[in-house]
Amino acid sequence: MATILNVSGVTKTYEGGHKALKDVDLQIETGEILALLGPNGAGKTTLISVICGITTISDGTITVGGHDHAKDYRAARELIGLVPQEINLEPFETVMDTVRFSRGLFGRPRNDALIEDILKTLSLHDKKDSRIRTLSGGMKRRVLIAKALCHEPRILFLDEPTAGVDVELRKDMWDIVARLKDTGVTIILTTHYIEEAEAMADRIGVISKGEILLVEEKDALIKRLGRKELIIECDPPVDTIPDALSDYPLTLSPDGGLIYSYDTHAGSTGITALLADLRKAGLHMVDLSTRQSSLEDIFVDLVKEDAA
Amino acid sequence: MNWHAIAAIYRFEMARTFRTLLQSIVSPVLSTSLYFIVFGAAIGSRIDQVEGVGYGAFIVPGLIMLTVLTQSTTNASFGIYFPKFIGTIYEHLSAPISFYEIVIGYVGAAATKALMIGLIILGTAHFFVDLTILHPVWMAIFLVLTCISFALLGFIIGIWAQNFEQLQLVPLLVITPLVFLGGSFYSISMLPPVWQTVTLFNPVVYLISGFRWAFFGMADVSIGWSILAIVVFMGVCLATIRWIFHTGYRLRS
Ligand SMILES: Nc1ncnc2c1ncn2[C@@H]1O[C@H](COP(=O)(O)OP(=O)(O)O)[C@@H](O)[C@H]1O
Ligand SMILES: [Mg+2]
Repeated sequence: MATILNVSGVTKTYEGGHKALKDVDLQIETGEILALLGPNGAGKTTLISVICGITTISDGTITVGGHDHAKDYRAARELIGLVPQEINLEPFETVMDTVRFSRGLFGRPRNDALIEDILKTLSLHDKKDSRIRTLSGGMKRRVLIAKALCHEPRILFLDEPTAGVDVELRKDMWDIVARLKDTGVTIILTTHYIEEAEAMADRIGVISKGEILLVEEKDALIKRLGRKELIIECDPPVDTIPDALSDYPLTLSPDGGLIYSYDTHAGSTGITALLADLRKAGLHMVDLSTRQSSLEDIFVDLVKEDAA
Repeated sequence: MNWHAIAAIYRFEMARTFRTLLQSIVSPVLSTSLYFIVFGAAIGSRIDQVEGVGYGAFIVPGLIMLTVLTQSTTNASFGIYFPKFIGTIYEHLSAPISFYEIVIGYVGAAATKALMIGLIILGTAHFFVDLTILHPVWMAIFLVLTCISFALLGFIIGIWAQNFEQLQLVPLLVITPLVFLGGSFYSISMLPPVWQTVTLFNPVVYLISGFRWAFFGMADVSIGWSILAIVVFMGVCLATIRWIFHTGYRLRS
């Protein structure tokens, strides 16, 4: 796959002297969904802002579709659509007018049929003549998406698209993103909800204090960093861990079983030996199951390590 | 040139004007009519002609200038300040447009609106006084140049302003006094000699004088100075805008 966005050695120091981005490198492949995960203040919005040209960079280079984002800003920006974190909209305009404005601003001739199609896919079509101030928060966010999509961008940035929206709308948003991906749009979204990254992304980047800690395939990341738990159900249930098994990292489960935690990428998991020793200790196993640790655990570990 | 972007901004701004017709157009026309009634008819009937022109007619160019200067400045400043204030400026900054296209869109719309109001006031004036315009082409040139250059000034104010107070401060504290003291309602020659000299430092004097010359063929300062004044003023505004563009002043952090 071809790289559509290349961020290389980008540093951003704000006027007050705060270093919001430190030597950031990031390559985005055409057609993928990258979730940028990081706590508040990590620099997610700043990274998006420098790519889109809203904020200046202090050092480094950015190319979009091969175009330098400063020297060749017109060609670069035509490819980008941005859904900002804040809901910034003209309250007195109608939905249709404000989306038309965005399309014009990006240098495209008027095309109301296309805009109406976009509004339909966002379930906004019946609101097209409504004034923006009469819309609900979720509707307003859809208007922002329509504005970002109306010039047919190849890359879409979604800055915390589901922050402060209700559960139903969040699921809707996931559907919208999935459909956009099907049309070949490359999507970069930021979030601090791990489940969101897990549900939507192909790759996950973790950013903390202005540094990209890692970027990796979601599945590989979970596998590589993930710990697994083996849950052993016993009959009769146990209430203490037998002395014979004290060498194993075991904990008791609430319903009288045992939980064995192991590293999937360690050389040996120790499961074979454990099972043999369980039988020797006279425990009767009725069921075995494993559980993958979630991205949440990985994320907490990473940021903790980084802080240390 | 991204013509679609310029057109989008221009149309958006003009739509705002027509949506707020009452406040945008009716109110300046109403207040100017009041000036005609108070100064032209009531007070003017007691004032003799000024250099051969009836007082009612004499104040027409000054009144048009008063409104056009204020309107083009406030329209352009509000036009660019509003997206900054509500945050929609992110779109302008991330769009494939140069700063100059943004300027053309906002300044063009503000100047158009001011020009429209100027013409409406000129039309209204016909109801109150007899007017013959001696140099209509020069009148049009002066009017258009004034609309554009003060819209440029307004744009700069809108970029500079960080709150609504600052936005209203310049028109209120600078432009209105300059216009009132710039000979809207009197000829400079009616002032004591010392004030005549002081007045020559007021740039608006040159505009109103030139504009009045286009109407009646009489001027406080020579028409050449008037043209020079407006060209210099416009040049200063353009240079400032160029500087804003290169430094990103108050636009990009
Ligand atoms: N305009 C600004 N001026 C100075 N500091 C800023 C500005 N915008 C953001 N910051 C700082 O930069 C850091 C990163 O902010 P941001 O990119 O908004 O983080 P995130 O989107 O990950 O929450 C924060 O510490 C924030 O306070
Ligand atoms: Mg943010």
